[in-house]
Amino acid sequence: MLSVKNLHASVEGQEILRGLNLEIAAGEVHAIMGINGSGKSTLGHVLSGREGYEVSAGEVRFMGQDLLALAPEERALAGLFLAFQYPVEIPGVSNMEFLKTAVDGMRRHRGLDALDSVSFMKRARAASKAVNLDQNFLKRGVNEGFSGGEKKRNELMQMMLLEPHLGILDETDSGLDIDALQVVAAGINAMRDGKRSFILITHYQRLLDYIEPDHVHVLVGGRIVRSGDKLLALELEEKGYGWLDGEVA
Amino acid sequence: MSDFIADALHLSPGGAPAWLNDLRRKGWSSWAGSRMPTRKTEAWKYTRLKTLEQGAYLAEAQPPAAGTLARGALRRQLHIADLDARLLVFVNGFYDAGLSDAGADADMEVLRFSEADAEQVAVIRAHLGTVADREHYLFTALNDIWLHDGLFVRVKKNVNAGRPLHVVWLTLAQNEAFSLAQRLLVVMEAGSEATLVEHFASDGAVQNSFTNGVTELVLEANASLCHYRLHLEEEHALHIGGMHATLGRDARLNSFHLGLGSTLKRLDVVVRHDGEGAHCDLNGVYLPRHQQHIDYHTCIEHAQPHGSSSEAFRGIISDSARAVFNGRIHIHPQAQKTLAELSNKNLLTSDKAEVDTKPELEIYADDVKCAHGATVAQLDSNALYYLRSRGIAGRDATMMLSFGFINELIDKLQHAAVGDYLRPLLSALFAEQRTQVEHQFERQTAQTGSGQEG
Repeated sequence: MLSVKNLHASVEGQEILRGLNLEIAAGEVHAIMGINGSGKSTLGHVLSGREGYEVSAGEVRFMGQDLLALAPEERALAGLFLAFQYPVEIPGVSNMEFLKTAVDGMRRHRGLDALDSVSFMKRARAASKAVNLDQNFLKRGVNEGFSGGEKKRNELMQMMLLEPHLGILDETDSGLDIDALQVVAAGINAMRDGKRSFILITHYQRLLDYIEPDHVHVLVGGRIVRSGDKLLALELEEKGYGWLDGEVA
Repeated sequence: MSDFIADALHLSPGGAPAWLNDLRRKGWSSWAGSRMPTRKTEAWKYTRLKTLEQGAYLAEAQPPAAGTLARGALRRQLHIADLDARLLVFVNGFYDAGLSDAGADADMEVLRFSEADAEQVAVIRAHLGTVADREHYLFTALNDIWLHDGLFVRVKKNVNAGRPLHVVWLTLAQNEAFSLAQRLLVVMEAGSEATLVEHFASDGAVQNSFTNGVTELVLEANASLCHYRLHLEEEHALHIGGMHATLGRDARLNSFHLGLGSTLKRLDVVVRHDGEGAHCDLNGVYLPRHQQHIDYHTCIEHAQPHGSSSEAFRGIISDSARAVFNGRIHIHPQAQKTLAELSNKNLLTSDKAEVDTKPELEIYADDVKCAHGATVAQLDSNALYYLRSRGIAGRDATMMLSFGFINELIDKLQHAAVGDYLRPLLSALFAEQRTQVEHQFERQTAQTGSGQEG
């Protein structure tokens, strides 16, 4: 589904990703762990197509396409979804209008008819209920005045409605209390259908207690220095990241 | 070029009540002794009056010929669904019973000056021309001399007028370019409450009117008024006018302004805090496009202590249009403990669009809090990326964000029904601007260089 080869990327002239390789097959859940500044979030934004992230070398193929040649919206339509670490507040644009526009666009791209308002409302309400977000949030501006946890749940709700092939969750667990974490984890687990894949970007092993990854990777200095199964996450929890510093070339 | 000052004196609609002569005389002497503002006149620095002077808008306004009004369509155009307001419609200055709602509300007096009884005349004369200053605002003097009738609204002491009043000033093109003066005087007695929607409209045809609309609002102690002034005229309709309010002790004014552009549109919005502890919320949106020009000059006079004012105006300027915003806050020496904030944000969607924005603070009291800001904004590149990352195409995302930029203020209106009425009208304007939005999007993406590491 996703194949990243020798990816080099820089932000404001500083190279953050330095030869990253990653292969994700359909249905797999990969956790990417690492300390601040190791390039975890950069990876998410480079894959999602944020401006200002310069790719100097490497190749990314997603669902058979050259991902890096696509605009952010084309990547989304191709089935890639990034749940932001810091979701953006957009006052004046209602959550409902935003979601309806996004879902309509996605359905059109997939050759489906646009949903009428009633059917859309029904789905939006069900999704907001699934993530335990009050329906009044649908009427408010996008993320406007939402708490950190509410923003994260809104990201999850969007992912449920857009039904991507690959969900990248950038520190979706940070700032969540244990109840919210369980809600988020349950939402993600419910979307695991054997075909959909996930990248969980996280600092902590905690999330992985609830969402069991197939593979765990450790990112240091813009490269994956160690890969393993879920036991690697437990090892990191125990030892910290320091013992891997020596592996940066 | 004609001498508009002199020509305007010849236009003097008849039929005015004799008691208005006093006002007209005062207006006459102010106007006749004045000169037309030029670019050297500070308050008119960015707004040329050429269109008015060359257009010779000197025919008299006439009532529409019998049977020519498409009342069904007009009513649908003007009606604000779910507001449950009493609708009063004036066509080229003349009351139209067929478009208006019949019957009166017991808790709000609404009448034309020509219908006023002796007591009402006394109240009108006591206030008319005292709120709008004809020396500072020259076109108020013109309104005085052209005035042949006006509308008087009064809410009595401690009465809450539950049903909003929706006054429509509709202009329709005449054979010759014409002028009309409209005057509205609102007296909110102590402790009263009301909602008023002033709505300037025209049909879709090319207009040839020059409207001089002056509104005076008197809020006595503890009175509360929610006021809207919506300028939705066709783009060839000229308008120079304004709203002038005076607030008594602890009075509250919430006033929202919407201005679509026109060949020439100048609106002065003036609020004077004359009693202690008064508060006003003053918000507005302007959207000039094509070759339009719109100029909002706002002024808040804090003349007494413990008052507060919160003001936010936003504009989107497109094509070769020009906007002018001047936000003055004047805090008098005795107005200690005043809280005043002013924000003006502008979005330019074309390289030829222009805005001149200027906050103007004069603070003569030392114990006050005053915040102000005026910006020419870019769309937030993070927000743009966020929307695009959900599959929304760049130009659609740009359109959503531009609309959101003004909708943020419309979302905050006290009457959701007014917002629901305005949004489709504004969306339609935005939809017409697709090619520009694409241009704006390209410009925006060309300018945003870098992102941040999360």
